[in-house]
Formats: sequence, structure tokens, C-alpha cells
Amino acid sequence: MFEFLDSGQYDLLGAFWVTVQLTLYSAVGSLLWGTLLAGMRVSPVPLMRAFGTAYVNLVRNTPLTVVLVACSLGLGQTLQITLGGGDFESIGFRLAVLGLIAYTSTFVCEALRSGINTVPVGQAEAARALGLSFFQVLRLIVLPQAFRSVVAPLANVLIALTKNTTVAAAIGVAEASALMKTMIENESSALFAVFAVFAFGFVVLTLPTGLLLGWVSKRVAVKR
Amino acid sequence: MSGVSVTKGAEDAVPATGDLVVLSNVNKHFGALHVLQDIDLTIARGEVVVVIGPSGSGKSTLCRTINRLESIDSGAITIDGKPLPEEGRELARLRADVGMVFQSFNLFAHKTVLENVTLGQIKVRKTDKANAEEKARALLDRVGVGSQADKYPAQLSGGQQQRVAIARALAMGPKVMLFDEPTSALDPEMINEVLEVMQQLARDGMTMVVVTHEMGFARSAANRVVFMADGRIVEQATPDEFFSNPRSDRAKDFLSKILHH
Repeated sequence: MFEFLDSGQYDLLGAFWVTVQLTLYSAVGSLLWGTLLAGMRVSPVPLMRAFGTAYVNLVRNTPLTVVLVACSLGLGQTLQITLGGGDFESIGFRLAVLGLIAYTSTFVCEALRSGINTVPVGQAEAARALGLSFFQVLRLIVLPQAFRSVVAPLANVLIALTKNTTVAAAIGVAEASALMKTMIENESSALFAVFAVFAFGFVVLTLPTGLLLGWVSKRVAVKR
Repeated sequence: MSGVSVTKGAEDAVPATGDLVVLSNVNKHFGALHVLQDIDLTIARGEVVVVIGPSGSGKSTLCRTINRLESIDSGAITIDGKPLPEEGRELARLRADVGMVFQSFNLFAHKTVLENVTLGQIKVRKTDKANAEEKARALLDRVGVGSQADKYPAQLSGGQQQRVAIARALAMGPKVMLFDEPTSALDPEMINEVLEVMQQLARDGMTMVVVTHEMGFARSAANRVVFMADGRIVEQATPDEFFSNPRSDRAKDFLSKILHH
């Protein structure tokens, strides 16, 4: 039933490796950009708050396929923004990471913002009373406590991101689901086996993520 | 009612040398509620002023306007001759000189006791870590929680947490210390350990503004008692004068309710 795996015709590990890379780069990027967005949304500057709110609501409510195709066709092919050039494959990969960051960061931002709301207002007041600036209060007191309270929701975002990388196939990135499409065409007799292989592959990636971060979430929780 | 000069008791070691905190004609509203009404208050260097009054009289708000945790609608506040800045770096610099102790302690929950006391020194005063820790440990010893330095706030009792909070404020070398009901969230048996630290501080000549319901502390440590009701300063006098011979009906009524039972 799984003979097609032995044929040497398909680079299954290679394809999942691209999925892993897409996930890791996008996760780091959206954590950074999402944190900045959350900082904007709680900042005392009205313009920054407005930008943060508008960005999150616009991008979060746009289908990921639209975001990625816009990155590929709009940025890449029309505006010739290739993020460093190279061959078609690597340009596509970088544009996919850009699109995934743009999209996932909105969910990181909102998870983090709910975490910020769990930090008692007295923590920030005490920090301000010591003479810390807005950014110091955010960086040293509020965000560290906020992050600790949203590890579990962020794990959800990371799992969703891992699976969302499959949309990158739409702009020609050779990740796992792109290989699956090829295999479905070639191995139509073993259709369910192909599905099973890819479903299993994603579970292998996401299940440990969820378990590990669930454990981390308990360990780092702030005791009050 | 403004600028009532009060002769300090003979037991005070530190003489007043000029005005440190001056509030003039301060007004503040919370929506329709006029929470501070034409407040004039001058606090001299080294003076211990205790603010008392019924709940909702604006005494906590008054305390919080002095380091601008609450903004004011009109009037002026100066600290050491400098007007309180609106926002930004100037305000942060001023706040570093004004120590604040809160009712709910507000120790940084994700940092150890020692880190709580070194944070401001390192990040605001730019003291190096070794010196900051040395000073922090000395202060923690002074308030009697030196052995708890490596614990987290949640592992300490309320009284211990509040003493750490006092050490945290003192670590900045403040010109004036504000206490916003520092013992109101404490179990009765822990109130004294905090009051003793505050009394020692008062004897050492720290300028203090203390909002409290502890009349014993007001009697023994205050140079002046300020009585507030309905957003106004109704009366201010020495503790002896105020407790034995209150002038206003409002103060008489308040004292009769709290002292007779």
C-alpha cells in the first residue's frame, strides 16, 4: 500500500523540511512583528494605535491565499520586489514567508494583547512610579508577564501556522502539500495512503509543539 | 486653608528647610465627580504629612497626582521648585525622585525580591549591577526581609511584600515618599511591621505623604495631619491638636466614628 514511498521518486523528507523552514522563519518573524503590533495597539500615541488596529483588522480578515498570491504576483512579479533575488524557488519561498508573517502576526498580536490585559494595572503603575519610560515598562514589566500568560494561545497560533504553510503551494513553493498534489496525480490508486502519509507528517510536526508548549505554559506561569 | 504653618514637635530631629512639594489650586474631575477641589497643600522638606478622611474623599487621588499617576485638570504642582512635566522623559525623571508605595504592593510578580529592588537603580539610575545589588541587600536588611532576597513576591506574606515595596522605592534615593494606604490590604498582625519601618523612615528625616487609616501612626509619626472630605482639605493641624481638638464639624463627626468603639 505504501510502496510508492520506496520508489525513490519522491523527496518526502525534503518537502517536509521546506514546511519546517517555512514554519520556523514565519514563526520568528510573526512573533517579532506581532509583538511590535501589540505594542502599537497599547501605545499612548493615537496614530500608532490607529495603524495597529487598522493593520490587524485588515490583514486578519483577508484569506491567507489572497495574502500569499498578492505577495507573489503583486510584490514579486509586478513590483519586482524579490527580497534579494535568486532563482524562482527561493524568491517564492521568501515571499511566502513574508506573507505568512504579515498574516500570522495579527493573531500573535491579538493573543499578546489579551495577555497584556491579564497584567494588573498596578504592575505598570509601579514601574512608571520608579521612573521607567513607556518602552521600558512594556519591555521589562508588562510584556514578559503577558507572554507567560499566553504561551498556550500562542501554541495554537503556531500549530495553525504550521498547517497554513500548505497555502504556499499556491505560489509554487515546493513544500509538503505541493508534493502531495504531485503524488495524488501519480499514485491515484493509493489515494488514501497518500493522504494518510501527509496527515501523519503534520501530526508529527504539530503534536509535540502543542505538548511542549503546554508544559512550558505551566512552568512559566506568573504566580500572583 | 492654604499654607497653614504648623510648628513641628520638639522630637523632630530634622528641621524643615524650604518647601519640597507644593500643590496650588489643584482641581480634578472623574467625569461628573469633582474629586479634588481647589487643593492647596505645601509640604516642607523633612516633613511627615498624614492625610486622613472618609473613603471617597479624594485622599488617594491627591497622593497619586503628586507623581502624576493621575493627571490634574487645573492648578499647579511643583516638586523641589520644578513644575510637574506633562509626559515623556522629563516626567519619568521626576518620578524617579518620588518614591511611591501602593496599597496592593505591586511588586513585579515575575522578578525576585532582589530584582524588584535593583531594577530601578539599574534601568533608571544606570547604577552597575554589583552596586545596585549591594544597596538592595542593605535596604532589604534595613526593612527586615534580607533573608527573602531570592524569593518571588508571591512567596512572601503581605507585610513582607509591603516592606520590599518600601525598599524598592527607597533604592531610588527619593526626595519624597508617597504612601497610598500602605497597610489597608494587610492582615492585622502584619500592619505593625510595616508601620515600624515607616516610623523609622520618618525619624530618619524622610519627607513623607501618607494616606492612611492608622490613627496611631498619625499621632506618633506625623508632623501634620491633613483632613480631607468631599474632595476638599477641610482642616490641617498638628496631630495633638487635630485629635484632641478638631475644629470642623466634619472632622469631629469623622473622629467620633472611628475613635469610639
